[in-house]
Amino acid sequence: MKRKTKYCHNRKWAGYLFITPFFLTFLIFGLYPVLYTLYLSFQKWDGLSAAKYVGWKNFQRILQDKVFYLSLWNSFRIWLFNFIPQMLTALFLSALFTFNQVKGMKFFRAVFYLPNLVTAASIGLLFNLLFDGNKSVMNYILVSLKFPGAPFSFFNSQVFTSGLVSYIQWWMWFGYTVVIIMAGITTIDSRIYDAAQVDGAGKTKTYLYITIPLIKPTLIYLGITSLIGGMQLFDVPATLSNGNGDPRKAVLTTAMYLYNQGFKNHNYGYAAVISVGLFFIIAVISAFAFKALERKGEMN
Amino acid sequence: MNKKPTFSLALMYGFLIILLIVSLVPFYLMIINGTHNSFDIVTKLNLLPGYSLKDNYLTMQSHVNIWRGFVNSLCITIPYTLLSGYFGAMTAFGFAKYNFYGKKFLFGIVMASMMIPTQVTLIGFYHLNLRLGLLNSYWPFIIPGLANATTVFFLRAIVVQSISDNMLEAARIEGCSEGYIFNHIVLPCIMPGVFTMSIFNFVASWNNYIGPLIIMTRNEMYTMPVMIAMIKGLYLSNYGAMYLAIAISVIPIILVFCFFSKYIINGLTVGVDK
Repeated sequence: MKRKTKYCHNRKWAGYLFITPFFLTFLIFGLYPVLYTLYLSFQKWDGLSAAKYVGWKNFQRILQDKVFYLSLWNSFRIWLFNFIPQMLTALFLSALFTFNQVKGMKFFRAVFYLPNLVTAASIGLLFNLLFDGNKSVMNYILVSLKFPGAPFSFFNSQVFTSGLVSYIQWWMWFGYTVVIIMAGITTIDSRIYDAAQVDGAGKTKTYLYITIPLIKPTLIYLGITSLIGGMQLFDVPATLSNGNGDPRKAVLTTAMYLYNQGFKNHNYGYAAVISVGLFFIIAVISAFAFKALERKGEMN
Repeated sequence: MNKKPTFSLALMYGFLIILLIVSLVPFYLMIINGTHNSFDIVTKLNLLPGYSLKDNYLTMQSHVNIWRGFVNSLCITIPYTLLSGYFGAMTAFGFAKYNFYGKKFLFGIVMASMMIPTQVTLIGFYHLNLRLGLLNSYWPFIIPGLANATTVFFLRAIVVQSISDNMLEAARIEGCSEGYIFNHIVLPCIMPGVFTMSIFNFVASWNNYIGPLIIMTRNEMYTMPVMIAMIKGLYLSNYGAMYLAIAISVIPIILVFCFFSKYIINGLTVGVDK
């Protein structure tokens, strides 16, 4: 209205113009860090002096690094013991919410989701405070209940510490999973349920044999994105264990090992190769993700 | 006939209420313990607010300047959220409504960039900011707002759905420039979508821990999560003050949640359902 332009000529260039800020920023802050990490995995660099080319040395070292394998196993184990209960809880809750007229369903669901939004670093420290020491809140409760063996030194136990990280992850994610599963369920044609009812199937049977198979793509999507996130776990185990992953490296995840090698020990070259290793594993998982999602496309 | 449903209903609500308590108890203990002194916290279980809020606050302030961290976090989070909303919409509009050479390939890059794991680029990101002289500044966390792939991806779908080509043609015949069309016609139309994405961008930026942990080496540049994470080493034994500091760090998120939970829950499923 105010300005007149020869838009016919400008149209194509306007498209480029609109996406230029994104791509300029992406080149510098997205692509460069990836390529530089790759480059640095062939170097030795302490952060101060010039980087020195060392060939495949970092790669040879990581293949024999027991701590690296341990950190992968820790990340995977913590993920697994969070994911299975998380799925079971979410499937159960989704069934409750779908087949019953639950009063305040949206309220319940929103509150279950709340822990997912809250700063993970703060949550790690909060749980550390609630459990750490003979006089912690949790020990106080257990002692007053006359629980045998209380008070406990919770953070001396590898099994407990690893389990607690899994629990926190469960606590942060089951609400999210409920929301996604329920969105999957609403895409199912209601006539299928009517047919099941005519055939005399009860609620439980309908859910187990009709609903769950039909939302399988959603479940696969959840499983894979969760695993990719789980392999990168950092905030909660880092703040829960004061950054070192103890007791006896029980909650040292790969991302924590990467951080410690780079920013504590100043082995940036070796930290870069840990990145590459982690990236490789995540890429393999993502490839599976693509296959699974392709199948989802075929089904719809 | 009536008895069994009542029983199972009670069981169901009982289960839901237990999960509700499980979800909220850590936050409740955090707030309550923030109002008690250390002695109370280690000698009894506190379920009601105490009287030491002010003392805890003064202790906390004398050890660490928490409001400095708060301001640092806001100085990053607000510009980042605004930039990723505006430029996310702009990039989305460019992809949704214009035809140009290499469009498919470029959008493929946007999709692929969503899949680059942040932890994996950490070392390169540090080196980049070292070279640019941006360590201990807000910029490393503000500028990437210009290239938020997730926002572009979701907003593109919304532009395709809600902006008709006829509308754009009509505006062009009226003589509007392409930039004017974006700012005054497209952006207002897709504002609800931009708003939903902005909530998620705000939360993600506020919660970012590992990024500021490597870039901010000077105390006065620490953001909230970095400050909270190192607090245990500082306070030694003053539990009340620590709980209070944690509470202050998560209150903005809980406020966002209280006001916008409906948007948030709906926004979650944008990517999943078809």
